[in-house]
Amino acid sequence: MILFVRNFIRYKDLFIELIKKDIKLKYRQSYIGVLWSMLNPLLMMVVLTIVFEALFRREIEYFPVYVLTGRVLYAFFAEGTNAALDSIQANAQLIRKVYVPKYFFPTTRVVSAFITNMAAVIPVVGAMLVLNMHFSFYNLLVIVPLLLLLLISIGIGLILSAFAVNFRDLKHLYSVLLAVIMYMTPIFYPESIVPERYLPFMELNPLFPIVRMVRDTVMHNTLPDAHDLMFASGYAVLYLLIGLVVFYRKQDRFIHYI
Amino acid sequence: MNDSANALEVRNVSMEYKMSSEKITSLKEMFIKRLKRQVRYKTLRALDNVSFEVKRGEVFGIIGLNGAGKSTLLKIVAGILKPTSGEVIRRGTIAPLIELGAGFNGQLSGLENIYLNGLLLGYPKKFLQDKLDEIVEFSELGEFIHMPLKNYSSGMRARLGFSIVTCVQPDLLIVDEVLAVGDIKFRQKCENRIKAMIASGTSVLLVSHSLSQVQRLCRRVLWLEKGRVRKIGETKAVLTEYSEASQEST
Repeated sequence: MILFVRNFIRYKDLFIELIKKDIKLKYRQSYIGVLWSMLNPLLMMVVLTIVFEALFRREIEYFPVYVLTGRVLYAFFAEGTNAALDSIQANAQLIRKVYVPKYFFPTTRVVSAFITNMAAVIPVVGAMLVLNMHFSFYNLLVIVPLLLLLLISIGIGLILSAFAVNFRDLKHLYSVLLAVIMYMTPIFYPESIVPERYLPFMELNPLFPIVRMVRDTVMHNTLPDAHDLMFASGYAVLYLLIGLVVFYRKQDRFIHYI
Repeated sequence: MNDSANALEVRNVSMEYKMSSEKITSLKEMFIKRLKRQVRYKTLRALDNVSFEVKRGEVFGIIGLNGAGKSTLLKIVAGILKPTSGEVIRRGTIAPLIELGAGFNGQLSGLENIYLNGLLLGYPKKFLQDKLDEIVEFSELGEFIHMPLKNYSSGMRARLGFSIVTCVQPDLLIVDEVLAVGDIKFRQKCENRIKAMIASGTSVLLVSHSLSQVQRLCRRVLWLEKGRVRKIGETKAVLTEYSEASQEST
């Protein structure tokens, strides 16, 4: 453990540089750069609002903000974990040539996806202003579910990246799983349409408690629900732990497969 | 602390590769093959109980035929591969001249790549900032340093790679015949830099097929044969026996 910390401190500049590189490469040769990270969710919000608002207007207040928050959280989760899945493969050249702490590759990719997606805070605030919603200090608590989601994504990213080395078809399997997670997350529909007996299944989805907590703090101006907080923290610890164990057990053999 | 006279100690290192009859790269394949019991493993011993140490300031050579395990051994010393058993003790900083320009990214400029590559080698950012001018100057890239790396020639890449790795004074330098880069002028410059390092106390681990180079530079030599240590000792004695043995076999 001490060794681990010392190693991290030695390579911490690399950690930051890898994140910067990811972000830089993402926006290279695009005209408006980081603006895409704001425009993209905004456009999705417009589309989803046009399509679904008529259906769910009665159950959901401030529909545009409702879809926007749900959509952004899902987009980060999908982008981050997907990028992590590929990360070992994509850095095969490096792993074969120099010693680098290998967990850097999946984690930096998740973190860079987190940072770029956080640009969406601006359109969320903008939409809240336009809709004349109420702001309060509770809004700042949104940081809690966001950080928990970051940890969950890192954990899942570690697991995926470690298995993707041996099994290339995991990528295709995971894209199906992501679609399932998307529909299990109340992005554009109200939770109330989910029958009571299916709710326990919904809670298997790590995004579910996170999305609820974000909406509690941002839209309802309340503290996050204790039940959600418990679930989300539980998932964060669980996935992170499994991720680290799996990754550490497999990492020395990556080099034989890439 | 009598051990601290060694810059590197390699103790009973063995490396085994598991070679399945075919490489399995998908879940589907694995399930089918497991069911049909077609997965068989052969173990390949690339290194078998290798031990040696490199003293501070010593130039240590490794020789052997192709496939003797030289590159595997260097990778283990550099920490890229983890040995199946045994341990490697490194005292001080290591600069691996095994593959130049690891992690170079074609989309980024030469300057950005200096930071990326340098950080990958474990140098702190502050240090790289201080050394930046020196690196650029040594690489002789001039204005090209601001261009994306994809527009570089292979010689330019190699020059940049070498300049980054050697901007430190490492305690141990690992050299794997990479010096065949660039034109004669630059090669000369590289050799001079390495010689200057040796003069100021850096230990060197050198892998080479050029016996004359080994003879010129090394004080002691390790002769690897099929993953085992065949002989270890003073350069002259080992080299004589080595060339005799290879003449016999031809």
